Amino acid sequence: MTINRREFIKANAVAAAATVAGVSIPAKASNLITSSDVTKLKWDKAPCRFCGTGCSVNVGVMDGKVVATHGDIKSPVNKGLNCIKGYFLSKIMYGKDRLTTPLLRMKNGKFDKEGDFTPITWDAAFDIMAEKTKQTLKEKGPTGIGMFGSGQWTVFEGYAASKLMKAGFRSNNIDPNARHCMASAVGGFMRTFGIDEPMGCYDDIEATDAMVLWGSNMAEMHPILWTRITDRRLSAPHVKVAVLSTYAHRSSDLADNSMIFTPQTDLAILNFIAHYIIKTDRVNKDFVNKHTNFKLGNTDIGYGLRPEHHLEQKAKNNGKTAGGSSPINFDQYAKFVSTYTAEYVSKLSGVPVDNLNALAELYADPKTKVCSFWTMGFNQHTRGVWANNLVYNIHLLTGKISTPGNSPFSLTGQPSACGTAREVGTFSHRLPADMVVNNKKHRDLSEKLWKVPTGTIPPKPGYHAVLQNRKLKDGELNFYWSMCNNNMQAAANLNEEAYPGYRNPKNFIVVSDPYPTVTAQAADLILPTAMWVEKEGVYGNAERRTQAWYQMVEAPQGAKSDLWQLVEFSKRFKIEEVWPQELLDKNPTYKGKSMYEVLYKNGQVDKFSINQVPTDRLNDEARHFGFYIQKGLFEEYASFGRGKAHDLADYDRYHQERGLRWPVVDGKETLRRFKEGSDPYVEAGSDFQFYGKKDGKAIIFALPYEPPAESPDAEFDMWLSTGRVLEHWHSGSMTQRVPELYKAVPDALVYMHPDDAKSRGMRRGDLVKIVSRRGEVQTRVETRGRNKPPKGLVFMPWFDASRLVNKVTLDATDPLSKQTDFKKCAVKVVKV
Amino acid sequence: MKTMINHLVKTLVLSILFTTSVLAADKHVATLRGEVNIDTQAEPSAIANTVNKDIKQGRNYPMQPPVIPHKIRNYEVNLNSNKCMSCHSRNRTEESQAPMVSVTHYMDRDGNFLAEISPRRYFCNQCHAPQKDVKPLVENTFIDMHTLMKSKVNTKNEH
Repeated sequence: MTINRREFIKANAVAAAATVAGVSIPAKASNLITSSDVTKLKWDKAPCRFCGTGCSVNVGVMDGKVVATHGDIKSPVNKGLNCIKGYFLSKIMYGKDRLTTPLLRMKNGKFDKEGDFTPITWDAAFDIMAEKTKQTLKEKGPTGIGMFGSGQWTVFEGYAASKLMKAGFRSNNIDPNARHCMASAVGGFMRTFGIDEPMGCYDDIEATDAMVLWGSNMAEMHPILWTRITDRRLSAPHVKVAVLSTYAHRSSDLADNSMIFTPQTDLAILNFIAHYIIKTDRVNKDFVNKHTNFKLGNTDIGYGLRPEHHLEQKAKNNGKTAGGSSPINFDQYAKFVSTYTAEYVSKLSGVPVDNLNALAELYADPKTKVCSFWTMGFNQHTRGVWANNLVYNIHLLTGKISTPGNSPFSLTGQPSACGTAREVGTFSHRLPADMVVNNKKHRDLSEKLWKVPTGTIPPKPGYHAVLQNRKLKDGELNFYWSMCNNNMQAAANLNEEAYPGYRNPKNFIVVSDPYPTVTAQAADLILPTAMWVEKEGVYGNAERRTQAWYQMVEAPQGAKSDLWQLVEFSKRFKIEEVWPQELLDKNPTYKGKSMYEVLYKNGQVDKFSINQVPTDRLNDEARHFGFYIQKGLFEEYASFGRGKAHDLADYDRYHQERGLRWPVVDGKETLRRFKEGSDPYVEAGSDFQFYGKKDGKAIIFALPYEPPAESPDAEFDMWLSTGRVLEHWHSGSMTQRVPELYKAVPDALVYMHPDDAKSRGMRRGDLVKIVSRRGEVQTRVETRGRNKPPKGLVFMPWFDASRLVNKVTLDATDPLSKQTDFKKCAVKVVKV
Repeated sequence: MKTMINHLVKTLVLSILFTTSVLAADKHVATLRGEVNIDTQAEPSAIANTVNKDIKQGRNYPMQPPVIPHKIRNYEVNLNSNKCMSCHSRNRTEESQAPMVSVTHYMDRDGNFLAEISPRRYFCNQCHAPQKDVKPLVENTFIDMHTLMKSKVNTKNEH
């Protein structure tokens, strides 16, 4: 007998009603509590803790506890909506295993790398950290010290950390987890435009005619932006959606043109579109002549593996020449892309010619306004910077940029990857406001604003994320502090790099986290950390929107914010202990001072009195240090970008607004950059001006398709792609502790084509192991879930702490951006 | 109020004692992994069944989207059709006896009510998900506002 859901419900309606009636006894009116002094909630706004969309959330507090959250109706980003994770923000701080005391591995009352985690005081924790730091400085110098930070740090935390490392300890070995996420996007922006972050904004969604997703599953990873795209597509029927991916997923459900391509061939598809635009004579010649230059990029640049790897030995331009290029003209460029015909690219990518042509027509047709969106499919790519360059090419060739509805838009993964990691410059090569450490002028300016002597900031870029794990393993990075991330779970090739690195007896590893994560398990010292609305914060989202929030509740007793930890730790050092004599001689007034006094109590950061903190507000850090430290750090940081096309408003204003998109000039935010009339930095009469480049022209790059680092072969016969899921944020350390989210998606399964399962004698639910040249992970087979891989590819998400897919992945990176390719490596799947 | 605070403090102290004693005894702190070293792995549990009882689950706060109390296997929600709305839309609920989607779902971005569900709410499972029949790995100590209110009222009544 078959019975559909409706019949089932009807048949059971009476029984169900009775059950419900039995459970809840009819209530007397007097049982309802209506007195407003009891029912009143204190509501406040905060950006969501999770992705880069930057939704604003209303947070309801009662008796010092967050009891409710919902989408902020006043926010232009989400207009009252949240995704399932956002709706459960209320519960992320209340996992029962919140850490409340520092824990040190000890044996017989002393630190021991093989000891058991033992509760110690904060004082004792800072003692051992200071001891290990000083010992490392003595033995290795500043390069022996490193920090791994986060695109989930608040702006002040990233800024305080960057200053501590670069000006205090004089080590550039600080990198954020945003390296895994946004580095290729940054590389793309800097190379094409000379200035970071998208020119357009979310408003372009409501103004466009076509939206193309390149390696982005927005339905799961940017759900609220996806609601805006869905809204646009379904309410304006002429709008078209094209989705390119290496496997079908929830975003494909809205696609008019869904294309599944062979991994890495996106590069060829992008060049095909450029060729199609030229071939059909739809180049916007006026725009191209006035506002662009053409360059031929260097090729054969390697795969960012260890130098002894055979692929690196073989590569021609894997060193300093990797990012090189030479000027060419339009005709040379046209000839370069002419080999990317529909037929050739169709064969390479597996996408039918008709689909390719339909896609290219969206870009080529001058009457169609088009937005491109991309995330990890482009960025986590051994040619990630190239992929970013190539998508800008097609928007530049057609002049479809910086105007309403025309927008190449790089989506951000994390809530403050833009605000903290990129804008503050917490990368190993960066300084605030797009400046870099290997530029003398940039160092000079930073040192001046920081009031530290010339020569304080080391000119050589430090160890980036992947290099940090390698240097830990090699025993060259000996004091390492990881904050606001879970890199043991997140980084590729855990077995060969991260794990042996953390457990190397030469190294002392500190991990700050609200919860005991996999990374914490690998640490030597764990610091209990305050999170989200337990502290004041500022985040910057993907559309350049800077948003602030107040502290709303107290952290659990014993847990401290990253900001408190960083600044408090700086008190443990006399400046003589971290700076050489000759540097100190340049500013003798600093002699005898603590690093805290030089970096934070420096007359700037401590400029704003504690009285400026509203009296009815919590602010544990300001009250601890005795001044409005968040405002001081923000204003000192903002001085880097004001007048330099990175202008931020005054700090206090962000507490009033639902965020503002920088540059904020004369109190007004900027929706679209580089376009006259919209961007105050564009000179009158220039129409468009890509002012990140000296001549105001963006660059169209000729770059080829090159194969990936590892492809399936006879033994390892499948592609493996990893990624996130809607219900969990990153490694799941917060969302796996929310019962409703845990129950929605408890385990990471491997998604596989039914035919692939069948040919291996597997059925849905079977226990299997995924094996690569680096390791293996066991899980269960899913053949009918939300992701539908083509034959020859499997997908497994990485949120599951008990099934670590990064034991299998390859730590190949884009040699330009140093970002790992988590989307492709070769594996086999076998039954256990 | 006092009773409530006492109670809270007790729970807190107990949970701290419990947590730290477990941590102190064992190197394996990563709760979500259980007592398993990073370089090894426990056998993955079988794929759990989806709870399919059609019994509404309480909400943690009024604005929480309800979880789905039934299976949704093979429910198509795509460019051409929306299976969920064949029971939960206003004009189908009388027949289906399924709860109607919230009135908020008929509002566009600017808060205007539309004649049909707003396209921005089209993909139901961006907010609503079925639940697997599994036990949470970690208890969550979130307190329902109703519990807080009740203890306040009770405290008042005691005085």
